[in-house]
Amino acid sequence: MAEEELIVRGLTGVDMSLRIAGPGTRSFAFLIDWQIRLLAALGLILVASLLRLLPGISRSVTQPVWIAALVLAPLIYFLYHPVLEVVMHGHTPGKRKAGARIVTVEGTIPTVGSLLIRNVFRLIDCLPGFYMVGLGCCLFSDRRVRLGDMVAGTVLVLEEPGASKALGRLGEAMQRSALPLEALRLIQDLLDRWRDLEHAQRTRLARDLLARLEPGFDLTRETLSEDALRVRLEALLGARS
Amino acid sequence: MAPDPDSSATVWIRARAGAWQALAAEVASAPQRSRATPEDALRTLQSYRTLARSLANARQLLPGSFLTTALADACATLHVAIGQPPRFGRARLLTLFRDDIPAAAASVRATTLWIAALLGASALAGWWLVSTYPALVSLIASDRMIDGVEHGHLWTDQLFSIAPPELLSARIFSNNVVVTLGAFCSGILFGLGTFYMISFNGLMLGGLFAFTHQHGLAHGLLRFILAHGPVELSVICLAGAAGTALGESLMRPQLATRSESLRRRGTELGPLLIACALLLLGSGLIEGFISPNPRFSVPFRLAVGLGYWTLMLLFLGGKLIPRPKAAGG
Repeated sequence: MAEEELIVRGLTGVDMSLRIAGPGTRSFAFLIDWQIRLLAALGLILVASLLRLLPGISRSVTQPVWIAALVLAPLIYFLYHPVLEVVMHGHTPGKRKAGARIVTVEGTIPTVGSLLIRNVFRLIDCLPGFYMVGLGCCLFSDRRVRLGDMVAGTVLVLEEPGASKALGRLGEAMQRSALPLEALRLIQDLLDRWRDLEHAQRTRLARDLLARLEPGFDLTRETLSEDALRVRLEALLGARS
Repeated sequence: MAPDPDSSATVWIRARAGAWQALAAEVASAPQRSRATPEDALRTLQSYRTLARSLANARQLLPGSFLTTALADACATLHVAIGQPPRFGRARLLTLFRDDIPAAAASVRATTLWIAALLGASALAGWWLVSTYPALVSLIASDRMIDGVEHGHLWTDQLFSIAPPELLSARIFSNNVVVTLGAFCSGILFGLGTFYMISFNGLMLGGLFAFTHQHGLAHGLLRFILAHGPVELSVICLAGAAGTALGESLMRPQLATRSESLRRRGTELGPLLIACALLLLGSGLIEGFISPNPRFSVPFRLAVGLGYWTLMLLFLGGKLIPRPKAAGG
């Protein structure tokens, strides 16, 4: 059974968990990265080819550019992952877009050596085509890792981009509001998802919540607009006291 | 009577809410820093300790709650930020070349000799096979190569005229890198993949020499590989030894589990692959610019080959970059 979380021992002895990214997230990140490196490599060759076709430019200029493009294009394609993962500390543009990053099994950012080993094993992971070995390993390994990760001791985890925001808003709400924690969580959840919900849904949920939490709010009589409901919820959180 | 957990939790939360709100900014900024001052680092560590303490308490007082999740996420974010390795600057580069690469090379020294012996034995076997059964050469050489040799031309003769040396070097370098990395990575099949790759390369080398010898062209092939061959073959042996070491870590794990053992060995051998890639870069340049060029004499090629090989030995032995003298006393 695949693990959902990577449990790491914190520096102070308190365990913490990082959510492990599955094959879907990996594939999504890989596809974005693949498109970027392919476009960059092909773009370089295209520019060099166009330069050769332009009239009036001597061969002594176009030939070195053409050779440079032929040498650089494969370098861009094959060194994209190792170089960017080292420079961006376990990220690539694709991984960033997918909300994932590479960490060690101890939950720290991998060293250059680990990242290189991880990338060298793409040679095996991509066999016999379409990353079949890597994908197979991902599907059946405990931590959903490919061979390269197994050897390098790395794991792809999901980032928590809202960690600081959630902590800050919670701290603020707990200071200003007298409501119990679970009530604050419900309000916070609703406000976070406000734009994603349908108008009727968010209005109904807001009215239900206000009826339970705000003394004097009469569900049958109050006919507040959507914006007014939102303001009342924010006031309960203490943000607009 | 036991205290009401809800009320004690509420009191505890309200006492710390302000601190958490203040720490949120640190949680947001710490992972974004590419360079941290000592003050930044200390502040991040202090924030981490405070959050970890709060997390431990929250797990006791409010297990599975929204607050515990928020604290755990914040704590994990800072944990990753704190574990960021130092920048890969000059000092780290110096350590890599002066200490890490020689240490990794030394750890596989005996295995490298065994792999070199395997390569040599396979080459002899290839020579014997092709000498005894000449038709077997079609297994290791293309029809065009065979046809050319039968008409008195080595396939290396035209290399200099069909592609610019820069392009030739790049192509040769990438081919060699794939072979070398393949020899390393296939070690994960308990070392058998590496043995197969080394043996196959040895068979090819010996077989091609036997075939060219039959047509009186062996000295031409030797002349071609004299400048780049010593380092190229040594690097393949080195990568093969690293692959074998990887396989050995699976067969005879030195740590509690095979996966831990593989991980440890993989990380130790990482620097060796960097060395292999750099040595192959030099080898590719020699093979692109010097080896196919008929203007260079045999003594010059020999000097380049031996010189570069000696440089490789010094580099892998840690003799190229002097160590700082230990303080006396």
